[in-house]
Amino acid sequence: MLRALIPLAVFALIGLVLWSGIGKDPSILPSTLIGSPAPEFSAPDLRDPSRIHSKASLGGAPYLLNVFASWCPSCRVEHPILDRYVRERGLRLVGLNWKDDAESGLAWLKQFGDPYSEIIYDPNGRIGIDFGVTAAPESFVIDADGTVLYKHIGVLTVEDMETKVMPLLQGATP
Amino acid sequence: MKILWFLVLLALAPPLLAIEPLEFADRSEEVRFQKLLRELRCLQCQNQSLADSEANVAGGLRQEIHRQMQSGKSDDEIKAFLVARYGEFVLYNPPVKRSTWLLWFGPGAILLLGGLALVVHLRKRGHPAAAASSADDW
Repeated sequence: MLRALIPLAVFALIGLVLWSGIGKDPSILPSTLIGSPAPEFSAPDLRDPSRIHSKASLGGAPYLLNVFASWCPSCRVEHPILDRYVRERGLRLVGLNWKDDAESGLAWLKQFGDPYSEIIYDPNGRIGIDFGVTAAPESFVIDADGTVLYKHIGVLTVEDMETKVMPLLQGATP
Repeated sequence: MKILWFLVLLALAPPLLAIEPLEFADRSEEVRFQKLLRELRCLQCQNQSLADSEANVAGGLRQEIHRQMQSGKSDDEIKAFLVARYGEFVLYNPPVKRSTWLLWFGPGAILLLGGLALVVHLRKRGHPAAAASSADDW
C-alpha cells in the first residue's frame, strides 16, 4: 500500500520544485548594490561639461538615478512618466547618460523634454559598469547618504513609481 | 561552389564580428583573454558568454576586462571585480557553496536515487536473467 504512494510522492516533489519557479522572471537579477553605498564616480554634466558631478556632490537629498541613452527605445516609453513625476510630484531625477554621445543625447532631450536636475555623462559606460548596469533603462533609488535602496531594471511604469520608487524616496527624505 | 563558400563564411561571421579589435602583447595573452570571456556570462542575453555576445554591455565589459588585463590584474581579480558589480550570476561556473549545492549535486543525487530505486526493484523481481531464459515465459 505504502509502495503505491511512492510515485505520488515523487510527483509532488517535482511539482513543488516547478511550482516554486512560477511567476519568477529569471532575467531579473538582484542587484549586489542594494543596501550598500553607491559607487564613487566623477564625471562632467552632459549639458554643462564644466560642472563635475560626484557621489558626494549629488548627496544631501534622496534621488532617482535614471540610466538612459538616445539609442534606447524603451527610454522614450518611461520618459514622459518621469517628466510628469518631476513636474507634479517634485521628484528629484538625476540622469546617467550611458554609452551615448553628447550630441545625440542633447538632441534627444531637446526632442522629448529634459526633466533631469543633473545628468552624469558616461560615454564609454565605465560608470555604468560600477553600478552593474546591464541595459538601459535602469533606475536606482539613492538616499541622501548615497546608499542604494532599490534598483529597477527596465521601463518604470506609473505603478512602479507609486508602489516602489515614491514610497522609498519619501521614506528616505530626512 | 561559390555559394557554399559564401555560406561557410556567413556562418563564421557573427563570432568574429562580436569581438572589437583589441591589441594583445602576445598570443598567450589573447588565449587567456578568450578563455576568461568564455567563463563569464553576458548579463543582457543570459545564455551567451561574454565571448559570444554582441550586446552593448558585453562590448563594454570586454574592453574593461582587456584594460584590466593590460594593467596586470589576475583572472581571479577580474572575476571578483565583476562579481562585486553584477553578482555571482556573471560566473558560468558558480562557486560550490550552500546556495549552489542543489545546482552542483542535485543531478548526481537524482541519478543516485534513481539507480538505487532500480536496483531495489530488480532485486525484488528475483532473477530476471534466469526467468528470461526459461521457455515458459513465452
